Amino acid sequence: MDAVFDILLSVNFWVAALRIATPLIFGVLGALVCERAGVLNLGIEGIFVAGAMSGWMAVYLGADLWTGVLVAALAGAVFGAIHATLTVILGLSQHVSGIGVTLLATSLAYFTYRTALPNVSTPPRIIPFQPLNVPGLSDLPFIGPVIFQQTSLTLLAIALVGVVAWVLYRTPLGLAIRAVGDNPASVEAQGLSVIGLRFGAVVAGSALMALGGAFLTMSAFDAFFFGMVNGRGWICIALVVFASWQPGKALLGALLFGAFDAFQIRLQASVGQIVPGQVFLMLPYVLSILALVLVARKADYPRALLQPWFKGQRH
Amino acid sequence: MRLVVEPRANAPLSLKLLVSIVAGLAALLLVAIPVLLAGRSPLDAYGLMVKGAFGSMFSLSETLTRATPLILTGLAAAVAFRARLWNIGAEGQLYIGALAAVLVGSGLFQLPPLLMIQVVMIAGFIAGGLMMVVPAFLKQRFGADEVVITLLLNFVVILFIQMLIEGPIKDPLALGWPQSVPLVDAADYPKLIARMRIHFGLVVGIAAALILWVVVRRTVLGFEIRAVGGNRAAAKFAGLPVNATLLKVALISGGLAGLAGVGEVAGVKGYLSADLSPGFGYSGIVVAMLAGLSPIGTVFAAIFVAAVFVGADSMSRATGISNYLADLVVALSLLCVLVGGFFVRFRVRLDRAAAQGA
Repeated sequence: MDAVFDILLSVNFWVAALRIATPLIFGVLGALVCERAGVLNLGIEGIFVAGAMSGWMAVYLGADLWTGVLVAALAGAVFGAIHATLTVILGLSQHVSGIGVTLLATSLAYFTYRTALPNVSTPPRIIPFQPLNVPGLSDLPFIGPVIFQQTSLTLLAIALVGVVAWVLYRTPLGLAIRAVGDNPASVEAQGLSVIGLRFGAVVAGSALMALGGAFLTMSAFDAFFFGMVNGRGWICIALVVFASWQPGKALLGALLFGAFDAFQIRLQASVGQIVPGQVFLMLPYVLSILALVLVARKADYPRALLQPWFKGQRH
Repeated sequence: MRLVVEPRANAPLSLKLLVSIVAGLAALLLVAIPVLLAGRSPLDAYGLMVKGAFGSMFSLSETLTRATPLILTGLAAAVAFRARLWNIGAEGQLYIGALAAVLVGSGLFQLPPLLMIQVVMIAGFIAGGLMMVVPAFLKQRFGADEVVITLLLNFVVILFIQMLIEGPIKDPLALGWPQSVPLVDAADYPKLIARMRIHFGLVVGIAAALILWVVVRRTVLGFEIRAVGGNRAAAKFAGLPVNATLLKVALISGGLAGLAGVGEVAGVKGYLSADLSPGFGYSGIVVAMLAGLSPIGTVFAAIFVAAVFVGADSMSRATGISNYLADLVVALSLLCVLVGGFFVRFRVRLDRAAAQGA
C-alpha cells in the first residue's frame, strides 16, 4: 500500500499522467464538438493517424514544428469535411461513414508514408517539441514540473478546453451548435443554417482530433510508427460519454485515464514478473468499456445525435 | 430549373447492383490519383493487379482463399446491419473463434475427421457468437453503445490472444516463435485442389450465404430481423420480441465471424498466431456494404475485395508501389457505395416546371 502512495505522490507520475492524457484531451474535445452538433464522428481513429503522419511529415520535410501542427489540423479538417459531406449534407449513416473515413485516412497516411520513404527500416526522426521552461511558473513546487515543464502542445490542449467551453456556453455560436444537436428544428426556425452549423462543427472537431495525433509524433515521440494510434480514437469516443459532453469533465476524464495508465505502467514494473504484460495493456480498453457501461444509462446524449436533418423538414 | 431530391418508394434491384459496381469501379479510378502523384502509371498498376488476382490458376486460388474469411465477416456485418445492430467487432470475434478451434481441436480428444471438423466449427461459431452477445446484452441492459464496445473489444481480444500464445497454448516446437499448438490433422479443413491453398472454408462461406439468404427471406426470424431493422418502435408495438431478436442476430453475426477465424486456422495456417487476420473483420464491413447487405451479393463483393488485396500484393512486388493501395481502394469503395446509397434512396432530377411557375 505504501508503494501505491509513493507512486501517487511522486511528481514524475503526474507528469506522465498529463502527458498520456494530452492526445486524449484533443481527441475528446474534437469528438465533443462534433457530437454536440449532433454528428458522431467515428473517423476519429483514422484522423489521429492522418494528423500524426502529416504533421510529422511536414516537419521531416523541413517545416517548423508549428507549421507541422497546422498541417495536421488541416488534414483533420479535410477528413472532417468528407465525413460532414456524407452525413450532414447527404444524411447518410454516421456509423458507416465514420468507419469509412477511418479506413480512408489510415490507408492514405500509410500509403503516403510508404511512398515518400520507401526504403527506411528504422523510422526517421525529427526534433520534437521540447519541455517548456517558463521563468517563475516552471519552478513552482509540484505544479511547476507537472504543468509547466510539459511541451507547448500540452498547454495548448489545456487552453483549448477553456476555449471550447467558452465558445459552447458563452457565445451565440455555441448556443447554436448546442441547439443544432438537440433540436435542429428550433435552429432552423431562427433562420440559421442547420447544415452549415453542423458542417462547421464537424470540420472544427476533426481538426482538433488531428492535433491529438500530431502530439504523438511531434511531442510524445519523434517518429511515425504504423499502428501507433492503437485505439486512442475509440477510447476518446467512450470518454465523451463518460464526460457527458462537457469540456471540463472531458479534461477530468482524460486526466483520470492518463493517471490510471501511468499507474499501470508503474505497477507493471513491480509485479510484471508474475502477471503477463498483456493484462496491463488490456486495462485501458477494459476501463473504457467499464466507464461506458456504468454511465450509459444516465448519459444525457445530445437528443438529435445520429439524426440527419434535411432543409425544410417538418417535426 | 432547380434540382429536386425526392425519396424513392422502391428501388429496383438493377439500380442497387449498378450502384455497387459503379462504386467499386469509382474507387479503382480514384486511386489513380495517388498512383499518378507517386509518379507511376495507373494503367500498368491496374493491369498487374488484374493479372495478379486472376491471371493464373494459382492466383485465382489465392484470391478465393483470401475471399473465404471475407465472405464470412461480410455476412457477419450484413446480418447485423440489417437489424441495425452495429457489430464492428468482427475482428475480435474472428480471433475468439480461431481460439476456440485451437482449444478443442489440438488434441484434447480424438475424433474421426468428419466429426472433428464439425466440432471445431461449432466451437468457433459459439465462441464468436457469445463474443457479440455480450455487447448486445450490455446495450439492452445498460444502454451502452455497442459500436464503441465492439471496437474496444477488438483490442482486448488481440492482447488476450497474444498472452495465450506466449503462455498456456504456446507451441513448444515453434522455436520460440509466438504461435499456438497446431490443430490435429483430423481438424484440418480439406484442400479443394491439390497443391493449392483454396480450402473447404470457401464451401462453408458459400453455404452460409445461401442459408442466410433463405433465413432472411423465408423464415420468421428473417421477418423479425427486417422488422427490427426497419422501425424498431413499431416492431415493439406490434409485439415482436425485439430484444430476443437482437440477441439472436448477435449470436449469428458473431458466430459467422468466429467461423471465419476457424477457417483461417483449420484451412490456411494450421495454428493460431497474432497475425492471423490482416483486418478481415474491418474489411467485412466494406464487403457487406458493397453487397447492399445481401447475403448472395456478399460472396461477389468478398471476391472483389479479395482480388484487390491479392492483386495489389502482386502489383506491389513487381512495381514497388506500396500495397497499402489495396486498403485505399477498399476504403474508397465503402465511401463510394455509401454515396451511391443516397441515389438508391432518393431520386434526383431537374424540375423544369418549377422554373416556369416561378
